[in-house]
Amino acid sequence: MGGLIGFWRLYRRRRMAVAGASALLGVFLVALLAAVISPGDPWDMAGRPLLWPGQEVGFPFGTDVLGRDILAGVVHGSRVSLAIGFAATMAALLLGVTIGAIAGYFGGYVDDVLMRFTEIVQTIPSFLLILVLVAIFSPSAVNIVIAISVSTWPPVARLVRAEFLSLREREFVQACIVLGMSRPRIILTQVLPNSLAPVVVISSVMVASAILNEASLAFLGLGDPNIMSWGTMISIGRNSLRTAWYMVAIPGIAIIITVMALNLVGEGLNDALNPRLRGR
Amino acid sequence: MWQGAITIVAIAIFNFCLIHMAPGSPVDVLAGESGTADPAMMEELTRRFNLDQPFHVQLFSYLWNMAQLNLGQSYRDNQPVVTLILARLPATLLLMASAIGAAFLFGLLLGVVSARFVGRAADEGISFFALVSYATPTFWSGLMLITLFSVKLGWLPSSGMMTIGSDKTGLAFMLDVGRHLILPTLSLSLFYMAIYTRLMRASMLEVYGLDYVRSARARGLSEARVAFRHVLRNALLPMVTMVGVQVGSILGGSVVVETVYGWPGLGRLAFESVGRRDYNLLLAILLFSSVMVIVTNLVVDIIYTLLDPRIEHGKK
Repeated sequence: MGGLIGFWRLYRRRRMAVAGASALLGVFLVALLAAVISPGDPWDMAGRPLLWPGQEVGFPFGTDVLGRDILAGVVHGSRVSLAIGFAATMAALLLGVTIGAIAGYFGGYVDDVLMRFTEIVQTIPSFLLILVLVAIFSPSAVNIVIAISVSTWPPVARLVRAEFLSLREREFVQACIVLGMSRPRIILTQVLPNSLAPVVVISSVMVASAILNEASLAFLGLGDPNIMSWGTMISIGRNSLRTAWYMVAIPGIAIIITVMALNLVGEGLNDALNPRLRGR
Repeated sequence: MWQGAITIVAIAIFNFCLIHMAPGSPVDVLAGESGTADPAMMEELTRRFNLDQPFHVQLFSYLWNMAQLNLGQSYRDNQPVVTLILARLPATLLLMASAIGAAFLFGLLLGVVSARFVGRAADEGISFFALVSYATPTFWSGLMLITLFSVKLGWLPSSGMMTIGSDKTGLAFMLDVGRHLILPTLSLSLFYMAIYTRLMRASMLEVYGLDYVRSARARGLSEARVAFRHVLRNALLPMVTMVGVQVGSILGGSVVVETVYGWPGLGRLAFESVGRRDYNLLLAILLFSSVMVIVTNLVVDIIYTLLDPRIEHGKK
């Protein structure tokens, strides 16, 4: 607990980081209370089609071509973006941390093979890889999460490997080996917890980029057809861009706010957890 | 070089595995949606890729075909995949070069200005602009730019690479393509410009603090000369590295931007092949893009040694 308070003291020194955290909290609240803010299905026709924002009371963000409430879409879309963003990041962290930890702890031949593999995956343009995987295995939320995580774990693996390489030579790890502790136990209870700070920092930015990737997929028509996401809304609105550009603008602003908040939180975490870089 | 070759083979193997893991038989995947109708063609495919043979024979024959640049046919267009890709390549290269150029140039300028006026209004403004640009989806900025510059103001074309039906040549043709290029370049470069701005700012600030800059000032050199001759050159190195790192990501971004603007490049081809379930073409684009990433990184390594002679190739 004391650690947490100390961390918060460091974190709150950056005005923008606090602003980012507040905005993110706001998006979380909207996602949590989606059913309260706009009850019902965002796919349902709610009013007259093509209402401009503010044109009619009850539809502050207007309606789309089929009379669907854009506010409802934005509110429910936050759930999709956050869920896919966090799930994809968790899966990518699991993959990356596992591969990086094994490579860094064992070193030698294992390290060579795993790092070569990591480099190969990193060479493939990640969005193209996501596109190929989702296109071939059909666009469902689960497949989208898998595709994003499969394409984005390499930086995590490299980061964790570097931490493990330096940590395994340290005295406290050597002491554990001398004490006869088992390898899995050393890795999980001694080295891993000490290597997580940079992973925490990178994870926030990874959620942001996963959200952008999901939105791009949905925009290209490869989103989960059953869920209303911000990218899907923009893809729908694109067809009436000439007459009703607000249908594209509003969900886009929601994406920007969320992604910006996550990036700011990432920076704040970086400054608070990396004392050496503070003040840059 | 060697490493690049291994990577390409590995990606080809990965593609082969994808063809086998995809729902439906490999023949269906290779033939795309048009395949199932024509038994003769299915037979031809099976024979060429040895799909009736054991797994390792199939893999070997797939790789052998790849090595001969025989990436198969796109049965939708009834053309070899390689021909289709090469036909779309120039448009994508033009867009990428122009986007990287714009991102690099504006990122450099904004970064230098930001670092010179650190903590002041100009710095804060530029930093905020970079922050927003870094969070903006490329397809969204693309659509908004179309709304503003094509729909509302009518200044710039909203799609395609040249005016349809015009038979312009020479300079008029280049100007026409240039006009079509502006908006796609802007949307694709915005994200990377944000990265370069922040990188340039940070590395300028770092170099400003070094001793040799102080001694340059002590010798009475002008502020501009210090900034451009002593700081900028050394701050450029991380920028060049970044270009190498970002090529893959820019290729991915071009899928979205080319789709928004109907730009007839590789990205648009990838999008079209998804729509037609032409997986053989899609996988070939994936492989080809990876080759482009490898080649760009080789070029970046060479530029790197030119910028900083202390870095020698092959030494660690």
